[in-house]
Amino acid sequence: MKSYITQLAATRLLPVTLILSLLVFYRGHNEPGGGFIGGLMAAAGFIFYAMAFDTAEAEKKLRVSPLMLIVAGLSIAFISTLPSLFAGNPFFTGEWISLSIPLLGKLKLGTPMLFDLGVYFTVWGISVTILFNVMEE
Amino acid sequence: MILPALPILIPLLTIIFLLFNFQRREWQPWIGLTGALLQLALAIFLAVQVKTQGILVLHTGNWEAPFGITLVIDAFSSIMLVLAGIIAVSVSIYSIDAIDRQRQSFFFFPMVQGLLMGVNGAFVTGDIFNLYVWFEVMLTASFVLITLGGEKKQLNGAIKYVSINLVSSLFFLAGIGLLYGKTGTLNMADLAMKLSLADNNVLMNTSAVLFFVAFSIKAAVFPFFFWLPASYHTPPVAITALFAGLLTKVGVYSMIRFYTLFFVQDKLFWHPLFLWIGGLTMVIGVLTAASQYDIRKILSFHIISQIGYMIMGLGIFTVAGIAGAIFFMAHNIIAKTNTFLVAGLINRVTGSYDLKQIGGLYKIRPWLSILFIIPAFGLAGIPPLSGFFGKLILISAGFNAGEYVISFVALAVGLFTLFSMVKIWNEAFWKPRPEGLPPYEGENENLPVSMVIPVVFLGLITLTMGFAVKPILEIAMNAAGQLLDPKIYIQAVLGS
Repeated sequence: MKSYITQLAATRLLPVTLILSLLVFYRGHNEPGGGFIGGLMAAAGFIFYAMAFDTAEAEKKLRVSPLMLIVAGLSIAFISTLPSLFAGNPFFTGEWISLSIPLLGKLKLGTPMLFDLGVYFTVWGISVTILFNVMEE
Repeated sequence: MILPALPILIPLLTIIFLLFNFQRREWQPWIGLTGALLQLALAIFLAVQVKTQGILVLHTGNWEAPFGITLVIDAFSSIMLVLAGIIAVSVSIYSIDAIDRQRQSFFFFPMVQGLLMGVNGAFVTGDIFNLYVWFEVMLTASFVLITLGGEKKQLNGAIKYVSINLVSSLFFLAGIGLLYGKTGTLNMADLAMKLSLADNNVLMNTSAVLFFVAFSIKAAVFPFFFWLPASYHTPPVAITALFAGLLTKVGVYSMIRFYTLFFVQDKLFWHPLFLWIGGLTMVIGVLTAASQYDIRKILSFHIISQIGYMIMGLGIFTVAGIAGAIFFMAHNIIAKTNTFLVAGLINRVTGSYDLKQIGGLYKIRPWLSILFIIPAFGLAGIPPLSGFFGKLILISAGFNAGEYVISFVALAVGLFTLFSMVKIWNEAFWKPRPEGLPPYEGENENLPVSMVIPVVFLGLITLTMGFAVKPILEIAMNAAGQLLDPKIYIQAVLGS
């Protein structure tokens, strides 16, 4: 299905889905959303792109290989468990810091969010890997 | 406190390193082996810790026991972790040369580590839903490993394997749901306490039966064993050896854990059932094995028959019986994996697993026959090898508990096991090769050292277990004593 309309739509929608996926990811801790759904949304943009062009083109657009996304995701998830050790708490304890940023107000950052970021990247990488492979068949 | 989480974290880190170096195929086996060695070292360290300090407990995320996920390592878990480490190291060394390049570059080693992560996770968790999750991690990795390479017969075996295991997961999940609905907790120690206080335990039997079916399928117990011989002979032998050593035993481990810790109310119903099921599993496994001519199929049917002994130990339900089950499980994990690895060596020399195609190996490879004899006669229960003492402990525990029928059945099955092992010995090593066949492919090639090392290593463990029965039995007795007194476990997790 090579049509100029879908190609244009896919190119324009890609940044939109990426930004939306980050928003959904960020509000995930207390409201519906989170790393899993965010990762799926990020993958959806690239999959639509691959449908409009082809998978090789989409992989070029992705810049890093999907495998590296998975590696990054797993590493981030692993790193998120380390602060609890330095704080002397049991493994996997959520550690929080809150920053006050001018204009934006208070920003709460914590290891559960970092872990969720790991989930985001892993899900993104895995869905892209699976669907690109299926589309190439 | 991070110790109880390390058996899960080390395979995870190894996976990250393996995926990161995905392009460097020649590094993959070595990274995998390093991870496996670390796991074995850690498991031994943990076993010493448990011995000196008692049960290790970690409340992850600082959530107190009934609310968060608790990781618990008691004596039984630590024994299983050491065994998993031994198998991890052996299979990692063996696969350097035994697994072809193509499979190696298609995520073989990350998947092995994923499987180990699931197995270790199942051994350390103290939460039934978390146990389900680790089962799934382990199964997903095994689904990939069994289909890796995509040969037609592999896919044929994998369909049976995957579908039956999904059914078993469904039963498992349904059991968890019912139990959670009734008691409102998923923590094993908390469950044990609540169930021991509850007066109406008839309703518990519904979920107990669901768990029993789920674990029976995973452990390949009669009447749910049929998927195992239909699928285990299809992937490369290194993968089969890994599965044979660990997967079914995780099912047995969970069964022993559940039916000693919290499903202990209805003894009159469950223990005779275990004895019946154990006896039937032994007999049917060993009889069907006798009719096979593919080495891997004979060995696969024997996995089933030997699981019966472990279930028998659970059914006897005395300290000696459970200790016998643990000792037997340790012996079986080592010896069974080893026989599969030797089968791989036989295949390397002859190019076949079919007993009708091969013969005369004793003449051309005398050392190989000795390497085969140790685990095979260990399985059959010839003194002074480990299997003899495993069976001896179980059978004498059976006689002491007054369970005469099952003890005689166990004795008879031992004889048939010997028959099967002697059959492989006669056909593959002793009899002259059938005439009119071309010479073996690998007759003049040397076997790769990396494939011989793990076989020797596991063989030495089988011998050691035979000669050092007393200290090893003491460890098993200690673990069994802990299992039969759930108060120790409950107190360690929940506090006083």
